[in-house]
Amino acid sequence: MADKMELKSVEVWDGNMASAQALRQSQVDVVAAYPITPSTPIVENYAGFLANGYIDGEYVMVESEHAAMSGCIGASAAGGRVATATSSQGFALMVETLYQASGMRLPIVLHVVNRALAAPLNVNGDHSDMYLGRDSGWIQLDTFTPQEAYDMGLCAFKIGEDHDIRLPVMVHQDGFISSHTAQNINPLSDDDAYAFVGEFQPMNAMLDFEKPATYGTQTEEDWHFEHKARQHNDLMTKVFPKIEEVFAEFEAKTGRKYKLVEDYYMEDAEVVIVAMGTTVETAKLTARIIREQEGIKAGVIGLRVVRPFPFEKLADLLKDVKAIGAMDRSSPNGTVGMLYNEIAGVMAGTAEMNAVMTNYIYGLGGRDMTVEMLKGIFRELNENAKAGKRLGAIQRFINVRGPELSFLGK
Amino acid sequence: MLEIRWHSRAGQGAVTGAKGLADVISTTGKFVQAFAFYGSAKRGAAMTAYNRVDDEVIINHEKFMNPDFVLVIDPALTYTDDITLNEKGDTKYIITTHMTKDELIKSQPVLEGKDVYVVDCMRISQETIGRPMPNTPMLGALMKVSGMYDIEFFKENMTEVLKKFPQKIIDANLAAIETAYNEVN
Repeated sequence: MADKMELKSVEVWDGNMASAQALRQSQVDVVAAYPITPSTPIVENYAGFLANGYIDGEYVMVESEHAAMSGCIGASAAGGRVATATSSQGFALMVETLYQASGMRLPIVLHVVNRALAAPLNVNGDHSDMYLGRDSGWIQLDTFTPQEAYDMGLCAFKIGEDHDIRLPVMVHQDGFISSHTAQNINPLSDDDAYAFVGEFQPMNAMLDFEKPATYGTQTEEDWHFEHKARQHNDLMTKVFPKIEEVFAEFEAKTGRKYKLVEDYYMEDAEVVIVAMGTTVETAKLTARIIREQEGIKAGVIGLRVVRPFPFEKLADLLKDVKAIGAMDRSSPNGTVGMLYNEIAGVMAGTAEMNAVMTNYIYGLGGRDMTVEMLKGIFRELNENAKAGKRLGAIQRFINVRGPELSFLGK
Repeated sequence: MLEIRWHSRAGQGAVTGAKGLADVISTTGKFVQAFAFYGSAKRGAAMTAYNRVDDEVIINHEKFMNPDFVLVIDPALTYTDDITLNEKGDTKYIITTHMTKDELIKSQPVLEGKDVYVVDCMRISQETIGRPMPNTPMLGALMKVSGMYDIEFFKENMTEVLKKFPQKIIDANLAAIETAYNEVN
């Protein structure tokens, strides 16, 4: 029986400690891990909790991230609660196995501390790894603060392990800006957290010898499409209601309210920044300031769920907006950013939506995104809104050296 | 919003100092942030750490800061780092040095006319902790200069932050805090 940890009502934890504590309180059966910056302290802290008797479970040290996710897949198929953490190059090495995990419908939880992808080598935060995972069939939850990394760390098990869902879940947080930034956190007690997450309910466990099950079969043209179609169908139709149900339960327990899409100052907003990660909060602060100081009707939208993509929620929130800035923290390498593309898709499918859209590429490799820069973006969006058309290029790079870099539609 | 920038070398405990400070402040109902720029994270490399303190939840995640306090815990960084970067008119500097304030300002004229305080965190930590760990004495100096908390209250709370260490180490750190509190000028 694992020891319980006495926690204060307010702890000062960084995002990594927050994630590690959420894993500990969920009493994971197997963590197979290969540490990588900046996610290292998640599995390091977890291993410490286990060694000190706070967890009944197995910690498997492996030789690579490919092996880490493979170990998680085996343990999950065997019939246990399973989780791990990674970043960047480690995530990239996991990619092959990510598709295995989701295709076999294994509800593994993966904490992804977002970091740039080499080359050039860089340990700091951007969203390249998160973007790399977006077609992998996982549910992707995004967080903006260490508190949210903790909260989503608990919700993730409850969402993915539900027998109607049975899908793996990534919990994303920004490398360093969340993972290594200590802030006030209100944790649940061990008992309350475990009561919320609930005991793991196995389904088709390979260790259930009374009911043999097969994982990882080969299906060619005869059945492959049906499996993929069913997975997509569940992502499109079952996941959002389940997430909303879990968020409602979480709110009842903690008072902390989460939505599929977080929105700030949207009641009368004319110009809107759509972003992910810590930038959502800095943009929220900027919107508050620029409303007071310059009267710009600024609003902010932050994606809580990246996959499945909350298409209809965004259509609803953005239908009366005049200008939208889609903020992508990942090099699009030859096209517009993912958020721009997705929101343009929402607009194309939504008759009432008629905003001027621009795409901002920012923050690669940990480059700062400041309140002043966000003010500049809101002002630019405001000029577009007043003109009723885009005054510059579609895509612009923010805070990069050299002459202004902008592309498309000039 | 109160903002603090630490200038340190990796391994001197600026991150631990910033987090310890955040821990203590959080017990008074305030909201805190503690973070650092690690760069390539080599022991001995110059680095900066940061604190934000506010009465409401801190939602600013920019790394940019106009510091209210600049804490320099390695003496040489006064000359090699840009310690006055993004300063405000009333930024206070607390600098580790064996020199007097006048000698220090003469040796680094960029500090002329600024609100400078000196304390020898290196010597104090050598004498109390037994090795050069300038982070905790700097916290004592900060308490004096900022008037943030009563020193006894701060020491009591630091005891809680340090509780995983043996009593001998806790006592040495508390002595370092107290000495720096008394000596900073």
